[in-house]
Amino acid sequence: MGTVVLLALTGLGLGALYFLIASGLSLVFGLADVLNFAHGLFLSVGAYATWWAGGRLSGPWGFPVAVLFGVACGAAVGGLVELVLIRPLYRRPTEQVLVTVGLSLAGVALLQAGWGADPRRYPSPQWTQKVTRVLGADVPNDRLLLIGVAVVVLAGLLAFLRFTRYGLVIRAGVENRAMVSALGIDVRRAFTLVFAIGGALAGLAGALGGVYFGSVSPGQGASLLIFAFIVVVIGGMGSVTGSAYAAVAVGLLQQFVNYYGTAGAGDICVVALLAVVLLVRPAGIAGRAAT
Amino acid sequence: MSQSSSPAAPPVPETAAPPPAAGTPYASPARPPLRRLARAVLPLVVLVVAAVLPWSTVDIPGVFDGPLNSPGTLQLLALCLVFGGLAAGYDLLFGRAGLLSFGHALYLAVGAYGVDILVTHAHWPLWAAVPAAALGGAALAALLGSVALRTTGIAFAMVTLAFAQVGSILTQRDPGGLTGGEEGLPMDGSRLPGFLVGVANTVNLYWLALAFLAVVAFVVHRVDRGPYGRVLAGLRDDERRVAVLGLSPYRFKLVTFTLSGGLAALGGVVYALVVGGASPALAASDLTLSLLVMAVLGGPGTRWGPVIGGILYTYLDQRLTSLGGTSAIRHLPGVLRAPLSQPLFVLGAVFILAVYFAPGGLAGLGRRGAALTRALGRRPVPDRATGTTDATGR
Repeated sequence: MGTVVLLALTGLGLGALYFLIASGLSLVFGLADVLNFAHGLFLSVGAYATWWAGGRLSGPWGFPVAVLFGVACGAAVGGLVELVLIRPLYRRPTEQVLVTVGLSLAGVALLQAGWGADPRRYPSPQWTQKVTRVLGADVPNDRLLLIGVAVVVLAGLLAFLRFTRYGLVIRAGVENRAMVSALGIDVRRAFTLVFAIGGALAGLAGALGGVYFGSVSPGQGASLLIFAFIVVVIGGMGSVTGSAYAAVAVGLLQQFVNYYGTAGAGDICVVALLAVVLLVRPAGIAGRAAT
Repeated sequence: MSQSSSPAAPPVPETAAPPPAAGTPYASPARPPLRRLARAVLPLVVLVVAAVLPWSTVDIPGVFDGPLNSPGTLQLLALCLVFGGLAAGYDLLFGRAGLLSFGHALYLAVGAYGVDILVTHAHWPLWAAVPAAALGGAALAALLGSVALRTTGIAFAMVTLAFAQVGSILTQRDPGGLTGGEEGLPMDGSRLPGFLVGVANTVNLYWLALAFLAVVAFVVHRVDRGPYGRVLAGLRDDERRVAVLGLSPYRFKLVTFTLSGGLAALGGVVYALVVGGASPALAASDLTLSLLVMAVLGGPGTRWGPVIGGILYTYLDQRLTSLGGTSAIRHLPGVLRAPLSQPLFVLGAVFILAVYFAPGGLAGLGRRGAALTRALGRRPVPDRATGTTDATGR
């Protein structure tokens, strides 16, 4: 029983990480039709910014401030990339993908040039390394932290999409961009906003992923990104709730199969799940809708 | 399909330029026979020059470390040629059929690991292992392609990426001690024929790589010339029209995916022989991204663009690493020095710039240059017509 609870919570923690990456990716894709390979770079930027600030701040509020700094950096990079690099290429999806590919290659190399290719130890606060007793299992606190943050983010994102004007524009834009433009709304401002939100969430994922993995390295974002892509496709592109369901399914499946089967079997099961979902429901679990 | 081209080609009979008739059929009327001949013969001349290159002892300082026939230079050149061929094979998907696959590295890895495992673990003779690995790659491409091609566009890109990720995980996890895990699997040299082993025989590996490139170039050329190639161009430009003509887009795409996967597996075989083993980096998604960069830098959908892109990219990737240690870079301030010593930063930045400012890649630059000189009035009007058809017809 204890093992199952521990595995389930670890799987949920992993799923929470996937959700933080995939929700931004999914919104960017749903609204702007950009397959963003640079999303892993946003994550790495957030992780390195938090690592940098965390090493310089101390006290009980040092780590939260460092995380905020990482999130801000992720948001800034996301917004800037949209404004400078993506915006000139709208309506040319292949070129956009190519630019984000080039950006991910160059950006990761740049991080590597600045801080080296080796993993850096992460300044996690003490309490994240302790365990809490849940239903007879000793669960590390970092999993609980990830799950809690992901739930708050999910609620916040849904509230934002449902109750604010910009949320309305984004939801409408995901469903029919041409119609939103025809109504005289500048969709491109929403694009920048979505990129910044995606960058912020990726930065948050990077900051918390550092706690989860205990270290930061330039290539960390890229390896998480592939599973985030899978989550986005399974969940339905553009759907935040779809991403949440898919992230939970992928995280749990990966964790349980990796534990009870051989190492690596879980990752393969996830890809098999993707193939099955595509064959049965090509549009993903949720289809195309923003909430 | 072949009928549509016949009205465009009356003045010069198709038999004028013997084996590979030059250029596209659309562009034939106004092109002078001499240039057609040049276009047909030039690749053969380049091939012959490349084949006799190892007998030259010319030393090009700055470009290569040793004379042309030194083993180090020959291995670098062989690597460049392999990737030239791989990029051309990838462009069959990306540039010709418009399929953006992010999983091409998988088939390359199947070829490399396949031949390596068959020779090193199963003790097969090389002549049997090579076709087995290449056909295995093609078969896997057919199987996975039949699933992945049910989706289109971005979803297709993600599905191929996910499939390739499985290959990447498998090679790293070392199932049953087959792949050697993170370290990779060195090829057992004692089981290879003698002329492929040892530093003194690097020249044979060079010729092997050249032969692979020639095979890929020939296949791509045949595809381009035949009606099949025109269906692919149709798929890239408007899939529905192809379907309306009564052709099955799915079947054509699957055949292309399989062919391209088979060529990649063959390239993987040659790579494993040139480098002397297989490593997990071959199966990583970064490798597919580099193939994409090569094709785009060279000029997707053009005849020689991807080949040149692949050769240049590999050369720069290998050389920029050593260039990072030269004095010219070392004396720069730290802000500039650190990024410039990362080949991927330089290549990624060049790639981004190329997407904005040179959409046709290197091949497109050449055509633009030609258009510019024509616009400056050095050539009479009929040739300008050639230029425009040349730019659209592939």
